[in-house]
Amino acid sequence: MIDVIIIGGGIAGLETACTLHTQGIESLILEKEKEIGGKLTQWDSLFPSNRNAKELVETYKDEIQKHTITVYVNTKVIAIKKQNDGTFEIFTSREIVFKAKTIVIASGYSIFNAERKEEYGYAIYPNVITSADLEHMFATKKELKAPSGRTLERVAFIHCVGSRDEKVGNHYCSRLCCVTGVKQAIKIRQMLPETHVFNFYMDLRMYGLGFEEMYREAQEKHGVQFIRGRVSEIAQTNEGRLQLKAEDTLAARPVRMQVDMVVLLVGMEAPECNSILGKSCNIQYNAAQFIVPQDIHYSSGITSAEGVFVSGTSIAPLSVFDTINHARSTALAVSNFLMPIQNE
Amino acid sequence: MNKFGFSTHASRVIDYETIDTKLISYIVENEPSFASCISCGSCTATCSAANLTYFNIRRLNVQIRLGEFEEIQQEIDKCMLCGKCMLVCPRGINTRNVIMLIKRGLTTLEIKK
Amino acid sequence: MNFNFFVLPFTIGFFIIIVVLGVRFTRWIWKLSKIDKLRILHGFFTRRTLRAIREAWNESLLHKNIFKVNPFLGFMHMSLAFGWFLIIVVGHIEMYALTGNLTAMPWESVFFRYFEHTTSHAHAIFAHIMDTLLLLVLGGVGLALYKRVNMKFFGIRRNTQLRVSDKVALYSLWAIFPMRLLAESATAGFYMNGGWLTNNIGHVFQLVNLNSNGELIFWWIYSISLGAFFVVLPFSRYMHIPTEVLYIFLKEYGIKLKREYNSFSEIQVYSCSRCGICIEACQMHHAKISNNQSVYILKNIRDENITERKIYNCLLCGRCETLCPVNLKLNDLRITLRINASKDFNSTYDFLEQPHNTEHAEVVYFAGCMSHLSPSIISAVETILKTTKTPYLFIDKEKGVCCGRPLMLAGQQKAALKLINHNRESIIQSGAQTLITSCPICYKTFKEDYELGQMRILHHSEYIHELLTNKSLKISKSTQKYIYHDPCELGRGSDVYEEPRFILSQTGTLKTIENERQKSLCCGGSLGDVSLSMQERNRITHQTLLQLTKPNPDCIVTACPLCKKTFAKQKKVPVKDIAEIVVECM
Repeated sequence: MIDVIIIGGGIAGLETACTLHTQGIESLILEKEKEIGGKLTQWDSLFPSNRNAKELVETYKDEIQKHTITVYVNTKVIAIKKQNDGTFEIFTSREIVFKAKTIVIASGYSIFNAERKEEYGYAIYPNVITSADLEHMFATKKELKAPSGRTLERVAFIHCVGSRDEKVGNHYCSRLCCVTGVKQAIKIRQMLPETHVFNFYMDLRMYGLGFEEMYREAQEKHGVQFIRGRVSEIAQTNEGRLQLKAEDTLAARPVRMQVDMVVLLVGMEAPECNSILGKSCNIQYNAAQFIVPQDIHYSSGITSAEGVFVSGTSIAPLSVFDTINHARSTALAVSNFLMPIQNE
Repeated sequence: MNKFGFSTHASRVIDYETIDTKLISYIVENEPSFASCISCGSCTATCSAANLTYFNIRRLNVQIRLGEFEEIQQEIDKCMLCGKCMLVCPRGINTRNVIMLIKRGLTTLEIKK
Repeated sequence: MNFNFFVLPFTIGFFIIIVVLGVRFTRWIWKLSKIDKLRILHGFFTRRTLRAIREAWNESLLHKNIFKVNPFLGFMHMSLAFGWFLIIVVGHIEMYALTGNLTAMPWESVFFRYFEHTTSHAHAIFAHIMDTLLLLVLGGVGLALYKRVNMKFFGIRRNTQLRVSDKVALYSLWAIFPMRLLAESATAGFYMNGGWLTNNIGHVFQLVNLNSNGELIFWWIYSISLGAFFVVLPFSRYMHIPTEVLYIFLKEYGIKLKREYNSFSEIQVYSCSRCGICIEACQMHHAKISNNQSVYILKNIRDENITERKIYNCLLCGRCETLCPVNLKLNDLRITLRINASKDFNSTYDFLEQPHNTEHAEVVYFAGCMSHLSPSIISAVETILKTTKTPYLFIDKEKGVCCGRPLMLAGQQKAALKLINHNRESIIQSGAQTLITSCPICYKTFKEDYELGQMRILHHSEYIHELLTNKSLKISKSTQKYIYHDPCELGRGSDVYEEPRFILSQTGTLKTIENERQKSLCCGGSLGDVSLSMQERNRITHQTLLQLTKPNPDCIVTACPLCKKTFAKQKKVPVKDIAEIVVECM
């Protein structure tokens, strides 16, 4: 019997484990992928510092080793069963059944499948990519070109793809795509100073630390152009360029624009496993399948089921900054639960 | 009273004291989704009529809200009711009903045009 | 002449109904257009009349269509209608045969047993037959009573509310046949005649010493219930019985609903028997709308209690229309109401320029507005056209004008004609032989309203089917399991069911579900409904998806951009157009 089992080895899970260890609580991480680090391993740089994401992942890997925390990779959780004594049995893709006093769900998020927003032509036109694809290109390619090999004279970013959109069933705002769009636009301008970059937005939500400053920098220093209007559809011209249709709502006139590459700023969705985990141990989750904390202000790391905690983007789209903070607060909630007397 | 040789342009100011809200209340009452517009413009972007004319369905919302009916009567006639706007609207506004309500409202309500 | 005062209620009722029906029918036919009257005149002495008689026999008497939906409900209607019809016919034959009196008054055959007391063999045979028929009708009455207690047994969950006249008619109808049985039995008891049923009950009456006053009371009640039924019939829902017959004849003579609400529409309204089958067929209860199904609308029209919201709140999917046992044109009826409701504000579209210089092409491809929001459909169709080296013109690639059907569905008839004329002009200018479209909404209106002469109008699924059968396109079979969703406008609207299924049987395995073909469900995205909110639509879509995904398909295939976009709200099962499937297998 272990004190805590953490489901998910992304930064939320890793941070929770490390904090718990400093509190003297042993935990074990179950990660479905073959390595830890979560979605961050696919990211090139972090806003607002522009720091390399790999650095942060490496930092966490070192910490995990230092704290000698056991990690099971390639382990997918299938079901959780609560025992009569209040402990849990966890069934996974491995043959062993894990037993724990408490569980922390740090399942993270999945990226919106842009093919579902068909009118943008992802997976139909080669030069329509997602922000995740662009991040991968930044990380792996020295020279930036459109996937078909075109030189980039003009690039368009489309905000809110798969977020704030009744049509794909996601009513919520993913919050981080705005700043990601700004970050990536700046990066393109830095790499290719001749390229014109346009960001099509509905609202720019620069809520976080340093976000607004980046937005301003994009306008002032890098000449990124912002057009207030949601793109309705994209078609490919005979020359292989992409034709966008939008309205410049501030000018109150329709815009037609041809670009060489379109980047869809895809939103964050709750991973499919949330509802499976939710059902198997009676945790409340919302229509978008994010896990609902017991109290959004006071106890955002505690779920509706006793002994089950939640950490990071399992509750909502969060930035790295917010995720790490949330993970630490969850760790604290777990240690309060396990050692009430010691903490008194 | 002394004239100083300049004046403010009265019609440019939105005066919330004199706005005619009959039409907007009629529409929102019959089609509540109309109130949830965030002016993203995707309706106008995709609009079949906007492809051929200056028709701007998103702007209609603003104009009706402000009680500016001068252009609406002729503008509204350009809509072909094809429903593309409904299919792109991120807020799920029932735009076709809105158009029908504007048309009906303009003929049945007493509105200063 | 046989007479007793108790025949008066029946006789008065009988004359009243004859006069009222006569006046109504004459007024309806009078108000038909000149052409429609000529249609009746020309059709009368042709086989159409025979066909109408056959349909009236099948539907007004035997109620075959209701049998198909629910055998018990069908039997109830059949035993009442056909049983009563036989009683009238055999009753007359009996009277003529036994008395030879060919100039009898109407009441003489109805109350024949009261006046005729022979015990001959012929009489006995007729009496047995008449008793059997009476039992058949009583069986129907019994089922009707049981239906009030247990509607579910008849496949009905909801029913319409009855007005006072309906209740009077209903209760008198229930009373007629039991009272006839009692009256005839009482008389049979006195004279020791009657059939196997009346004779035996008559014996019982004799045992309890029923006197001739008691007998007369039964005959009085019988006559009163008949008379009451006849008097209220034209003012109750039972008006459908005579109107339906008229409707069948007029329909057979080729009279159709026009683009306005006219007397033929009214005949349809009155032909509704309120069987309630349309209530069950309607998907609107998923959106918690249960007061707007066709039967309610028709009732509202009769009661002059119709609102705009009621007129516009219907998907026009046509599910009720295919099941309607009276074959009422329910969609067209709603559209005529919408035309009336919106006739004061039709657009003129003066901005449309006369099309000129349309390129010449053998094949014209009209993708349709909605298809432009589903680029994979367009690119798939274009790939197919290019691979088969079809020279085509993509006529609405840019600056496309809507086909006009969405306006028509909203009742904006005049406005729709403007768009139709515009598109028609440019399609004809192209000199094309074939018009292909990807949108079933456009397809239906191209076929019905465009008057394109010899030009072939095909949905892309039909075109692909043609390419496959004449072997100009080759595809290979995959291991995919599909569910095919019939779009309303393509399936029920235009009768294209087999071509898409043939294509899918060539590309993979096609699974079947309960509600398909004529019974297929609407996706919920229909342009037919103007007032349904997105939340309500989502509920309908959700229920449809539950049925479509039941056999665990790898992919839901449809042939309509609107259905495709509507289903794309969920992420569990991919949704594709049939053209995309074909391209995948090329």
